Amino acid sequence: MDYLIHILVLVCIFAVLTVSLDLLAGHMGSLSIAHAAFYGLGAYTSALIVTRIGAPFVIGVAAGTVVAAAISFIVSLPSLRLHDDYFVIATFGFQMILVSIFNNWMHVTRGPLGIPGIPQPVIFGWHISSHADFLILAFVFAAFAYFVVYRLTSSPFGRVLHAIREDEVFAQALGKNTLRFKVTAFAVSAALAAMAGSLYAHYITYIDPTSFTVMESILVISMVIIGGAGSTWGPLVGAVVLVTLPEALRFVGLPSNVAANLRQIFYGALLVVMMMFRPRGLAGRYSFGR
Amino acid sequence: MNAFRCQKLSKSFDGVHAIDGVTLEFPASGITAIIGPNGAGKTTLLNVLTGFLRPKAGRCFLGERETTHLPPHRIARLGVARTFQDLRLIGQVSVLDNVLVARPHQRGERLLPALLRFGVADEEACNRDEAMRWLRFVGLEKKAEDLAGEMSYGQQKLLTLAVCLATEARVLLLDEPVAGVHPEMVSRILCLLRELKKQGKAIVFIEHDMAAVRQVAESVIVMDEGKVIAQGQPAEVLERPEIMEAYVG
Repeated sequence: MDYLIHILVLVCIFAVLTVSLDLLAGHMGSLSIAHAAFYGLGAYTSALIVTRIGAPFVIGVAAGTVVAAAISFIVSLPSLRLHDDYFVIATFGFQMILVSIFNNWMHVTRGPLGIPGIPQPVIFGWHISSHADFLILAFVFAAFAYFVVYRLTSSPFGRVLHAIREDEVFAQALGKNTLRFKVTAFAVSAALAAMAGSLYAHYITYIDPTSFTVMESILVISMVIIGGAGSTWGPLVGAVVLVTLPEALRFVGLPSNVAANLRQIFYGALLVVMMMFRPRGLAGRYSFGR
Repeated sequence: MNAFRCQKLSKSFDGVHAIDGVTLEFPASGITAIIGPNGAGKTTLLNVLTGFLRPKAGRCFLGERETTHLPPHRIARLGVARTFQDLRLIGQVSVLDNVLVARPHQRGERLLPALLRFGVADEEACNRDEAMRWLRFVGLEKKAEDLAGEMSYGQQKLLTLAVCLATEARVLLLDEPVAGVHPEMVSRILCLLRELKKQGKAIVFIEHDMAAVRQVAESVIVMDEGKVIAQGQPAEVLERPEIMEAYVG
């Protein structure tokens, strides 16, 4: 039962990541490869503040989201002036820089040794230690992320994001400061990803840079594309499919190293199939590569 | 009082002068047509006036306000709306949403009001009424819920006009508003332009259809090779042999 709940907790964490990335990729049409970097930023900020200063979990999460939003603001000002492929490359560069910092800033992040002993959350006296407790907390985080993205995308703010996705020149001609909208959406997306990172750090109680590499970004992008970008339920469907189905490979009886490689092949094959036969994703409205 | 004014405006691409020392004044109301052969610099002039291209030299003014180095969204907010030769719309959303996005100063476009929805519902209701008013004006009110991308080309041209009007702009710059549409739709669009003139809008449009220009324009500017070669009333300018020669080649 704990294993099943563990999978559901991971689904919720990835749901936060997919929903937040979809704000950029699906609704605004800007594909970021730096999502895992902000996820890691939230995890490291929260872990460091809680383990070194002894701050409560809530402060750790808040600090992680604020730091991620602030750094995203700095990164986005130059990179969001770039278009399409160049923006993707810029976010890739930021992703690589941040992972490099996680790996090499030894006296803060402990590099590849990672940060162990991250305490489990205590929220207003509620000590979250069991898998079931974590599932409730993770569900609340996922629901919050979903609420934020849904409210934004179904508002006039979201209408402008959709205009930017379809035709940025059109939006500018209507008097919309598209850079302001893009920077804001990027900051919200980064803050939500950081929130997922904080939750992950306090759930697993240990973090190291391997959890926040570009492969993690690509996994989240795969979830968004397979689930369906720019749709109400697509990112959630993607998170469920790509977290649960590979877990099934564990029960096929293959050696663990083979199963791990097979999982990568599974992701790749699924992406190719989706791009060929259903580019809008399982529940999507917006096609990538139009 | 002028709607737009430019002085010695120049723009070149890789050494080719797209516009070359253009000095012009557009009236604050009424209809002005810009004509000229392909490559004359008409669209480049519009792009420079609206901030989508930076001029190499020269200055632009809207009224007394200099707009030379303002970005496109700032110029649009000063009351200038434009259409493009290639129709620019949000094809995957409804006709109504295309007009709604054009409404200016929306509180719900800011982060916190969008999240918390304070005062957004009332404003949204007003904006929907206003958007429907402009859709009725162009005759698309029954198409409000249709996807913009699924309408005919002529209807999309009407929609671009409704979108411009929803911005509350007083200056409309239209790039070939009747090109590629059937004669009945041409008459309809020209009729709308006349109606807008009565409402006090300043309309500047680029057009190759000389019949349309004769029907609605009060003044004509003729461009060729990046320069203004003539301007005046259509009846006078369009009869000059050198103009027809520049046009036909």
